[in-house]
Amino acid sequence: MKKYSMESVVGIFVVIGLLCVGYMTVKLGKVSLFGDDYYSLYARFSSVSGLRVDSPIEINGIEAGRVAQLSIDPEKQVALVELKIKKGIEVYDDAIASIKTSGLIGDKFVKIDPGGGGDILKPGGTITETTSPLDIEDLISKYVFGDITKGDKKDTK
Amino acid sequence: MIMASDIKESFFWSLFHSLGKKTMRVINDLGAAVIFFALAFLRIFRPKQFREIVQQVFYIGAKSSNIVMLIGLFTGMVLGLQLYYTLRKFGSEGFLGSVVALSLIRELGPVLTAIMITARAGSAMTAEIGILRISEQIDALYAMRIDPIRYLISPRIAASVISFPLLTAFFDLIGIIGGYLTGVVLLGVNKGAYFYRIDAYVDLTDIRGGFIKSLVFAVLVSTICCYQGYFTHLRTDSYGSKSVSLSTTSAVVLSCIMILISDYVITSFLM
Repeated sequence: MKKYSMESVVGIFVVIGLLCVGYMTVKLGKVSLFGDDYYSLYARFSSVSGLRVDSPIEINGIEAGRVAQLSIDPEKQVALVELKIKKGIEVYDDAIASIKTSGLIGDKFVKIDPGGGGDILKPGGTITETTSPLDIEDLISKYVFGDITKGDKKDTK
Repeated sequence: MIMASDIKESFFWSLFHSLGKKTMRVINDLGAAVIFFALAFLRIFRPKQFREIVQQVFYIGAKSSNIVMLIGLFTGMVLGLQLYYTLRKFGSEGFLGSVVALSLIRELGPVLTAIMITARAGSAMTAEIGILRISEQIDALYAMRIDPIRYLISPRIAASVISFPLLTAFFDLIGIIGGYLTGVVLLGVNKGAYFYRIDAYVDLTDIRGGFIKSLVFAVLVSTICCYQGYFTHLRTDSYGSKSVSLSTTSAVVLSCIMILISDYVITSFLM
């Protein structure tokens, strides 16, 4: 049997090691090597509690992008969310963006109902119709303290 | 005549004296080790170092890969078993993948790899350099106008810095496969959920943190092991072959302690 030289063993070791490192950073760490293949849309919500940068965006249950930025819209005093949508996925201007929870206590994600009636939203466009997340705590406290009829928000803390 | 108060006072002062002496010795040792590392690090970039570094990567990295993979496989497998039974109590076996991957990448991978390499290669480093020292071969290198730090220490530190992250990457991936073997194949967690959760919950910050840890461990382990071997003749408690054995022991013990302490410090800074 041919005995491999020390140099070739080291070469193999380094190559396999670098492949492992590369796999971990690119695949698991989600580093985009090939530039930006996303475009941005904006949506305004009255509350984005629980949503984080990099939360997933789902269209029909399929991951279609990530939340890029969360900020406050100074004019309207609402939360402004920048959504990075994969190129090739089209969102129409009658789309509905809503913040949902995966499971009962899971992480928040943005669900987009892509619509289909109107025009296709261009990069930088705004999704006008939004629904804010369901606040389970609020719901439970309303149920417990029985002011469902009042309907307006009360600070329960 | 010695008064009782004098005795009390001198006892009092001798406490401070011994404490100060110990503190100064520790600080001196630390300073010497840092200067030692700096000297060796600067000499990595001298010409004709490449071949020596390749040779050390062979001993520290390539020859350790088998044992690191074996340990990684079994660590992943036992994590899969343990976490499955814990997570099942909360009805969330689906999270097995993310918990196994995160604990491996952030914590267990770098630490266990570093401890394994310390045991396998670090002890060998100390013993080899220590024997070169007590048989006066380092002095012979001086006499031949070969810089012993450049020739003996720098390649080992460079090779550690190259090998530790690569072996940590081996460990992490093989550990994830080990978790897959027990979790999915043996206990029947959904295969798609296992890999989807890993993909969804592991971020670049986790991976970067793991690699920062392994780089710090590489510097610590190689410096401690080489330092203990290189200055084995300065030990006050023994001489000759006995001092080599004591140096090797203290190098391994000190490396393991420093790995775990610095692990805590790095984690608290990165969080």
